[in-house]
Amino acid sequence: MTVTKLHIETTINGEPREFLCDSHETLLSALRNGLGLTGTKEGCATGDCGACSILLDGRLVPACLVLAPEAQGRAVTTIEGLSSGDALHPLQQKFLEHAALQCGVCTPGFIVAAKALLDAKPNPSEDETRYWLAGNLCRCTGYDKIIRAVLDAASEMKESAI
Amino acid sequence: MKIIGAPRRRVDGRAKVTGQTRFADDLMLPRMVHCKLLRSTIPHARVVRVDVSRALAHPGVHLVLTGRDFPVSYGILPVSQDEHALAIDRVRFVGDPVAAVVARDELTAFEALDLIDVEYEPLRTFSDPEESLACPEPRIHEYGDAGNIHKLVSLRFGDVDQAFADADRVFEDTFFYQGNTHLPIEQHAAVAARDPDGKLVLWSSTQTPHYVHRALAKALAMPAAHIRVIATPNGGGFGGKSDPFNHEVVVAKAALLLDRPVKICLTREEVFHCHRGRHPVLMQFKTGVKRDGTITGMHVMTLLDGGAYGSYGVASTFYTGALQTVTYHIPAYHFQGCRVFTNKPPCGPKRGHGTPQSRFGQEIQLDKIAEGLSIDPAELRLRIVEQPDTLTANYLRVGTIGLAECIRRVTHIADWANTFGKLPLGRGVGLACSSYLSGAGLAIYWNDMPHSGVQLKLDRSGGVTAFCGATEIGQGSDDVLVGCVAEVLGIEPIDIRAVTGDTDLTPVDLGSYSSRVTLMMGNAAIQAAERARDLLAGAVSRKLTVPKDRLVFADRRVFDAGDPAAGVSFAEAVCLAETMHGTIGTTGSYTPPRSAARFKGGGVGPSPTYSYSAAIVEVDVDVSSGWIHVPRVWIAHDIGRSLNPTLVRGQVEGSVYMAVGEALMEEQIFRRLPARLSHALVHKFPSMLEYKSPTTLDMPEVITELVENPDPRGPFGAKEVGQGPLLPVMPAVANAVYDAIGVRIDEVPITPEKILRALDAKAAGKAPRVGPARFPDISWPEPLDVPPPWKSGDGKAEVRSRKSEVGSERSEVVGTDAGARRLQPSGDRS
Repeated sequence: MTVTKLHIETTINGEPREFLCDSHETLLSALRNGLGLTGTKEGCATGDCGACSILLDGRLVPACLVLAPEAQGRAVTTIEGLSSGDALHPLQQKFLEHAALQCGVCTPGFIVAAKALLDAKPNPSEDETRYWLAGNLCRCTGYDKIIRAVLDAASEMKESAI
Repeated sequence: MKIIGAPRRRVDGRAKVTGQTRFADDLMLPRMVHCKLLRSTIPHARVVRVDVSRALAHPGVHLVLTGRDFPVSYGILPVSQDEHALAIDRVRFVGDPVAAVVARDELTAFEALDLIDVEYEPLRTFSDPEESLACPEPRIHEYGDAGNIHKLVSLRFGDVDQAFADADRVFEDTFFYQGNTHLPIEQHAAVAARDPDGKLVLWSSTQTPHYVHRALAKALAMPAAHIRVIATPNGGGFGGKSDPFNHEVVVAKAALLLDRPVKICLTREEVFHCHRGRHPVLMQFKTGVKRDGTITGMHVMTLLDGGAYGSYGVASTFYTGALQTVTYHIPAYHFQGCRVFTNKPPCGPKRGHGTPQSRFGQEIQLDKIAEGLSIDPAELRLRIVEQPDTLTANYLRVGTIGLAECIRRVTHIADWANTFGKLPLGRGVGLACSSYLSGAGLAIYWNDMPHSGVQLKLDRSGGVTAFCGATEIGQGSDDVLVGCVAEVLGIEPIDIRAVTGDTDLTPVDLGSYSSRVTLMMGNAAIQAAERARDLLAGAVSRKLTVPKDRLVFADRRVFDAGDPAAGVSFAEAVCLAETMHGTIGTTGSYTPPRSAARFKGGGVGPSPTYSYSAAIVEVDVDVSSGWIHVPRVWIAHDIGRSLNPTLVRGQVEGSVYMAVGEALMEEQIFRRLPARLSHALVHKFPSMLEYKSPTTLDMPEVITELVENPDPRGPFGAKEVGQGPLLPVMPAVANAVYDAIGVRIDEVPITPEKILRALDAKAAGKAPRVGPARFPDISWPEPLDVPPPWKSGDGKAEVRSRKSEVGSERSEVVGTDAGARRLQPSGDRS
């Protein structure tokens, strides 16, 4: 029998992981179907909605437009990697406090995208936050509570860093 | 009250921020296989032959199904059972499912779809409603009121001609509301499997598990008792997941045949094809007014482009004419509605169901009337607001009405008096109002049973499980359920587990549509909780020797109001009650009050109570580019009472967001492929990139005012908020554009291109307007005459001729007009 699957070694949410995938499989599919990390959502599969936002070596990407083999030797962060045990990430905490979610299907993508923003720019302005998150679509909230949650998380993270 | 009315975090929030919520596409079961649908590439054709032999031979394919496997039709309304899971012998739009492949994985299933050979014999394509009106043949369906007319309605309440004769001015305007779609971020998904007994289980992202349950039983010819439908949390619905869908029936059948779990997740393109969204509606409003603005009468005509199937369309048609009367007093009212079939994805209910289109027309016309009579638009509306505790001309029972208060508050916070008509060229403000149902008064299928049921199970630990068929689609229904029970029993939301949307485990709730859940489930929950409280109070009263009515349930305790130290914990109270009565479980249910409307078609519109909204929109219009920016929206909403103000404000903001999209950019439209291809009528842009929806950058600031005047029919006084606040925004945008640059855009979306066109017309000395020029001739049936309450009407139609009274009024929620069937559509398009 010919071997058709590729063997990929990667780091996911800080843990070394390996998986098999087809050469044309997306990283979104490998995460969800291969590794059971279903927190990353598919909303379009064409890179338009941001629901599958993940970090690849710290860079924000839509997992639906990344091939799974591209994860070889790199670090992947998904929504599952943000909280540790009972402790929520400040962004998750603020999304809860500001009611920045309704149906919740876009929420993981927004939180991961917002983390990328705060990693790069710990003190973003409202305009910068709106621009950064313009690639994530939400049909429920009207976005405002999301923006408030991100800005509030930023100021809290800044305070706790001092 | 401790829980109700206080802002609090929703009960399902934690799972959603950590990615742990299990949506339908997140379900993985052992031995699961995957399904894909082959969809028609021809908009209208006879299916001559479907050859699946090559697909079946493809490695990894387990099953291929075609229309022959699904002989029984289904549909959401009893009057339009016109869908088959897979096409039997006809396809009616590009995207209509023809065959299904089940394979070891999605990719294999996709590959096999290409191996299915379908021979089509193309039929004439109907791409717009006037074509369907003009040409009765070939019929898209073999039922309906005539040719390609699905439904014709004519309801007349009072002497409208006399009302126009009595008017000082009569205004006549035509409007067009383009279709648009729900665009939930979650693509529809479903998993079907046999349970250990061999019975069928379907998990699906559906807003209406009870109706899917009924449809599956019918389409699969199986006992409903052997089918379990579980609604997974919906990743957005907005009405788009309220029909039973082809893919649900297909995976159910496949799971039964293969005896292994079968999953399907639609692609984004398929979601555009499933649609059931906003009907494109052409409409004409004729309104008679006195000099002081008082309305003497109104005549409304609507033409709905229904797409290829019935869906909720008959109800949608009635809805375009139902709610005009619940906002303003209209003494005489005539409504004529027509829905036609076309070869496009079926239209159905989207947030506001059938009412946003006509509200758009009505509220712009009111603006024109105000200008014509030189009355301030806010003042005009205040003069004509309907009175509380009124029966309208079309027999809708208005209870509490906070509309005047909404107008006063919103004009105050937006500083209307100093802005309307007073801003520089390019900037403007516009006002509009609306109303919406707090739940449809009648079920989809006629029955006298409750619309919502709640069952409580009280555990010795003090934990409570609340069971209800309601479906969490993001609106927060689980939170409302838990909040109501916690309030009555004096425990915390975290002490309660909500088990919802499961036809085996939960009592029926009709589903998350028509803004019905808070009111109906809430009332059922309160009843169930009060019954439980009564059982516990009896037991505690005996133990403490304190009269029952002196006991207070609060802070997880049951205690003597006169001596708070004397009491027991809630858990002890449950134990005492269980000792006395045995296992503690109670039920509650809610049935809406009987409607006063007793004429055919009167089933659409009644509601236990109506919410009201008033919005003021500010726009900046760039006259050189036509670009429209909406910086701010002020909105006041009559909520009755906020059960959880956090969720209420979220619904208001979300409604405004969706409304801004409809007003400025969203359109579900179609185009012909070039002749060298197939010339087929296809969706213009079935992708999230090209179907424009507002982003973080387009969203205006929203200033929300909640008008709280508890309604005796709502749970703790609550009315709806999920849909109503969307309705006033689109006409308010149009009115604001007029205030800003003096041109009327009498249609949505209001695009820069239309702004420029209207400005050019204005500069050329023509009418400064973009909008439809005329309403087509339609052969309307004889109107059903129903004398209004003030003309000693009793809610029944006048018996004038036999033919308008054919059919039992109670046979369906929305019956067919047997009399209209004989009428032919007009071929005269002049």
